[in-house]
Amino acid sequence: MQHFDTIIIGGGPAGLEAAARLSKFDKHVLIIEKDPALGGKLLLWDKLFPDFASSEELLHQLIENIKNDNVKVSLNTGIKEIENEGGLWNIIDNHNNKYSAKALLLATGFDVFDASRKEEYGYRIYPNVITSVDLEKILSGEVSHAEPKKVVFIQCVGSRDEKVGNHFCSKNCCICAVKQAIEVKEMYPNSEVYCFYMDLRMFGESYEELYRKAQQDYGITFIRGRVSEVSPTYHGQVQIKAEDTLLSRPIRLTADLVVLMVGMEASEGTVEIGKKLQIGGNYDYFKSKNQHLADNLTYLDGIFVAGTSKRQMSIPETMKDAAAAALEINNYLN
Amino acid sequence: MYKHKWNDYQKEIADDKYFYARSCIRQTFFPGSETAFVKMMREEMKKDILDVANQHTCTGIGYHGDIIPFETTSAVVGRLMSLMTEAGYENYVPSCITSFGLIVEITETWHHFPELLEKTREDLYKATKREFNLPKNIAHPSDIIYKFRNELKSKMKYQLVNKETGKPLKGVEHIGCHYAKVFPDRGIGGAEFPVVLSGMIETWGGEVIDYPERRHCCGFGFRNYLVQANRGYSVSNSHKKFESMEPYEPDFIVANCPGCAMFLDKWQYTIAELENKTYDKYGKGIPVLTYEELAGMLLGYNPWELGMQIHQVQCESLLDKIGIEYNTTEKYTGVSGKKIFPPEKPQNLIV
Repeated sequence: MQHFDTIIIGGGPAGLEAAARLSKFDKHVLIIEKDPALGGKLLLWDKLFPDFASSEELLHQLIENIKNDNVKVSLNTGIKEIENEGGLWNIIDNHNNKYSAKALLLATGFDVFDASRKEEYGYRIYPNVITSVDLEKILSGEVSHAEPKKVVFIQCVGSRDEKVGNHFCSKNCCICAVKQAIEVKEMYPNSEVYCFYMDLRMFGESYEELYRKAQQDYGITFIRGRVSEVSPTYHGQVQIKAEDTLLSRPIRLTADLVVLMVGMEASEGTVEIGKKLQIGGNYDYFKSKNQHLADNLTYLDGIFVAGTSKRQMSIPETMKDAAAAALEINNYLN
Repeated sequence: MYKHKWNDYQKEIADDKYFYARSCIRQTFFPGSETAFVKMMREEMKKDILDVANQHTCTGIGYHGDIIPFETTSAVVGRLMSLMTEAGYENYVPSCITSFGLIVEITETWHHFPELLEKTREDLYKATKREFNLPKNIAHPSDIIYKFRNELKSKMKYQLVNKETGKPLKGVEHIGCHYAKVFPDRGIGGAEFPVVLSGMIETWGGEVIDYPERRHCCGFGFRNYLVQANRGYSVSNSHKKFESMEPYEPDFIVANCPGCAMFLDKWQYTIAELENKTYDKYGKGIPVLTYEELAGMLLGYNPWELGMQIHQVQCESLLDKIGIEYNTTEKYTGVSGKKIFPPEKPQNLIV
């Protein structure tokens, strides 16, 4: 049995930031990550909104911050058992290693919505229907794609959608689509880019400005409308049927590439641990003790939560939440 | 959490002992289809299927046309179920897709509002002294044919293959709205990509066309057609589908809804006469079949006994492609041997 001050489950931005902060408080931390690399969903993105910052550089910095004797990392590691014994949290991992700590920070993050559940959009049925995650690979040059003449973004895929059981807003997709639409225009200047939205929620700093820039400088067309279906055409494109809800008219577009802006859902790990510890809340995300006053605490003593395992957050919000969690844990340990 | 992928969805379909509820419109539109289904179940599949004489409407068309209230429909459905109960059956098989949708809607309503079920039982008893049990299983005949598609294939004389080229015939499938659009979990494969008909086509050697307006309305739309002034909407919907499927050169269309099969067939005549436009190379139109006609044709049943001559677009082009033999002189001879006269020839559509 190895003992630590804090065990962090999840090596994404929240887990890394919290570990770095705790190590500065001279606390011994173990990060347990199920994947073979640190970074979580940051690994899926090439550039970040709204400033087109490199996710690789951010991740590099986050990892640099934990390179000290106070932080240990265990990759490819899943959790088999978590139980409390005498005020200590004991963990057995999938390699049967045993650890204990006074505090556990759950930073198990989110999963990207599986777009094939929205069958009417034809993801994994028609090759020119991709997700925002797939588009990042094209934009980074990791995957090649024929130059599209017409690109359509569809917002709120798996979010604010009763049919798939997700009433919540994923919050980040609006600005992410604006960022990606600009990147598409920069990559393929001759392409026409359209974006179907329910309403655009430009809440963050300089989001609104970027949205304006997308329209004024890049000529991206934003259409308030719900897409009802995507189907194939004889010439290998896809046809989109939608309703323009400002004009109250049905519209139809033929596109070479459709990008589905997939939302966030509680990750498999979040759901699993939430059930195990009975701290699952709405939509299987972790429930904090008090959203206003104790948002990093749970109803279990010594169990803390941070980042998108709690609800939808952007990366800057996640980092701030992780820093706050580190402060709470430090207070708890002292 | 609600994480269905509907295209993986398979519903429960009873294996035997079916109470067959006939359709009011299908017997007129496709007079051989229901009889062919009963024959297939009894003779090919050796199933117990009850086909009683004292049936009646489910009120579907009136209900969806807003002229029959829910309470009346509920009581009429209760009476149909009393026929099933009286006969000792538990698996309800409504021939018409609208009946199927209606029965599912009513039983779901009863499930969520038990007081309405009690009211229906009371109303029916007061009016007829009849009582009923709820069915254990509700399946559409197209579900049952889908379920036994491989067994039926082993008995088929023909495949959906062009005998000259050896290539699969290209089929357009059209699913009735009331099959799975209202209750996706009651259709095989859900609402967006139901496989009930495409599964039949592919199992029997054909190829399914996925075209832009695949899920567009056939053009029936109840009040679009039933209100005479709206019929332009009806034909324009069908027109949109034909224009969309035309480049793929479909060899046939198959539907599991009486309205769809009817309108995709008859509006081809209307469009041909209005615009002198047909959707095949030879001016004959695209044959439209019911799923029973499709199965029966491949099983080697006489196309004229299946009632295929009653369609507006004639089926010989399809029969010739498959290599099905038929006797032209029998085409307009009724089952009793009495001559039924051929329809008048349209001006543009070749029949």
